[in-house]
Amino acid sequence: MHLDDLYRQVIMDHYQHPRNQGELDGGIKVDLKNPSCGDEISLRLKVEDGIVRDVRFQGSGCSISMASASMMTEAVKGQPVDKVLELNKAFRAMMKGEDVDPDELGDLEALHGVSKFPARIKCATLAWQALEKGVQEPRQ
Amino acid sequence: MNVLEVRKDFPILQQQINGHPLVYLDSAASSQKPRQVIEALKHYYETNHSNVHRGVHTLGSRATEAYELAREKVARFINAPSAEQVIFTRGTTESLNMVAYGYARAFLKEGDEIVLTPAEHHANLVPWQQAAKATGATLKYVPLQPDGTVSLDDVKQAISSKTKLVAMAHVSNVLGTINPVKEIAAMAHQVGAVMVVDGAQSVPHMPVDVQDLDCDFLAFSGHKMLGPTGVGVLYGKRKWLDIMEPTYFGGEMIDVVELYDSTWKDTPWKFEGGTPIIAGAIGLAAAVDYLSDIGMEEIRQHDHRLTAYALEQLKSVEGVTVYGPEDSRQRCGLVTFNLLSIHAHDVSTVLDSEGIAIRAGHHCAQPLMRILKVPSTARASFYLYNTEADVDALVASVRTAKEFFQHALG
Ligand SMILES: Cc1ncc(COP(=O)(O)O)c(C=O)c1O
Repeated sequence: MHLDDLYRQVIMDHYQHPRNQGELDGGIKVDLKNPSCGDEISLRLKVEDGIVRDVRFQGSGCSISMASASMMTEAVKGQPVDKVLELNKAFRAMMKGEDVDPDELGDLEALHGVSKFPARIKCATLAWQALEKGVQEPRQ
Repeated sequence: MNVLEVRKDFPILQQQINGHPLVYLDSAASSQKPRQVIEALKHYYETNHSNVHRGVHTLGSRATEAYELAREKVARFINAPSAEQVIFTRGTTESLNMVAYGYARAFLKEGDEIVLTPAEHHANLVPWQQAAKATGATLKYVPLQPDGTVSLDDVKQAISSKTKLVAMAHVSNVLGTINPVKEIAAMAHQVGAVMVVDGAQSVPHMPVDVQDLDCDFLAFSGHKMLGPTGVGVLYGKRKWLDIMEPTYFGGEMIDVVELYDSTWKDTPWKFEGGTPIIAGAIGLAAAVDYLSDIGMEEIRQHDHRLTAYALEQLKSVEGVTVYGPEDSRQRCGLVTFNLLSIHAHDVSTVLDSEGIAIRAGHHCAQPLMRILKVPSTARASFYLYNTEADVDALVASVRTAKEFFQHALG
């Protein structure tokens, strides 16, 4: 178990410079908390014609949870909902330590190391849980 | 007390975690178990197990005897006037809920007040919230001093003729502060209120004498004091236990069952519905024997020495914020801190990679975290098997974490 496997440079970069952080006018809002550790995320989604047109997040938590949220927003913005759900599945599989096609995951592959730190998996999946809830809400 | 000898009794400590010797600094969450406790459980299951208070066969008698002997040992440990005032429960949470159901919900009414602090563990807060909602009573919080201590003047202000119940931790699981529960019990009694003491963090670490404290109820958990999980204790004054209704109904707790009505056994058995926590109680008795052999005063001094040392060492690391009172004499057994603005999870992961186990999070005290204005904190807690070398390892690893994140974050 190496710390560098967990805290990859890409992750630290997203943690320090979160992408798509902030509010959106309208759209779907999902607030999620991890009650066992206190991590919080508030996700905003704008879905039109089956496509995630825009996405923003705000939250507080550890570097893994915040970086994962930032990376997730980059990965799903502009993508069709079907594709987003597939990506979600692939990401969850990676967290469980299953083999996933790295091409499918793109930059998200940097979070691969989290699967070796069982206590931190819930940090990385919080934003994806919020996303899953959000895209499955009845369309506005 | 010879700590190195004590450590030999704890098999779990003799292992490597992530290539480093385990440094266990999370006893406030749950303590480790000595061989003597593990052996007591094994011996019970291998030679004496049966249900209690039922069959007339030999094993039934042996199990019953061992279970009731455990009650006597625990009673002596907290200096309860009688063993019948010791109820075995699943732990502090269940004990406090039993008071909330059996006492607060039964006897409080609209306009009554429950006094507590915002530093309480959720187990000593949510049951009172629920009891207040059910009865129309209101919660009244004693504000904390800036260092997290409770001032008797503030308690005096909060308590009035409306107060019917005061609930407070003897030792805070987040700040480690020792609260003056004896003085507060006296104030509560002046207005006819009962004093409920959450002893989850005090009973494992210091001599606790319920007659000296004069508390009405004391709740604590076996697993935090070298005992097994799944067993805890509710102590109560006889006059309250006698008038309280049971929480659970069924076998073991009944006297006579008719088709449309039933009567209960006496205290404490009326509170122990169903097959009780037999092995757990026997394991807890072994833990109590172990602690008593060393002596609670010894243990208090040892834990205090480590706490004072850890406080001093952690404060010497630039960027570390320590929460709670400066004066280590007001503390018991733990130090809660943060490192720069690095999240406690991240700190804890670095420590874990070096074999050091601490707690990171809100410690089941969300209201207190809001007062401290931090989403989470790291907590190192100490027990009789910890050494100054453990503290040194902690502090060295905190320095490593600092360097690691300063580097990683450029
Ligand atoms: C002060 C305090 N009260 C109550 C509890 C709850 O104890 P348990 O989870 O054993 O019921 C704890 C333990 O986490 C505690 O530290």
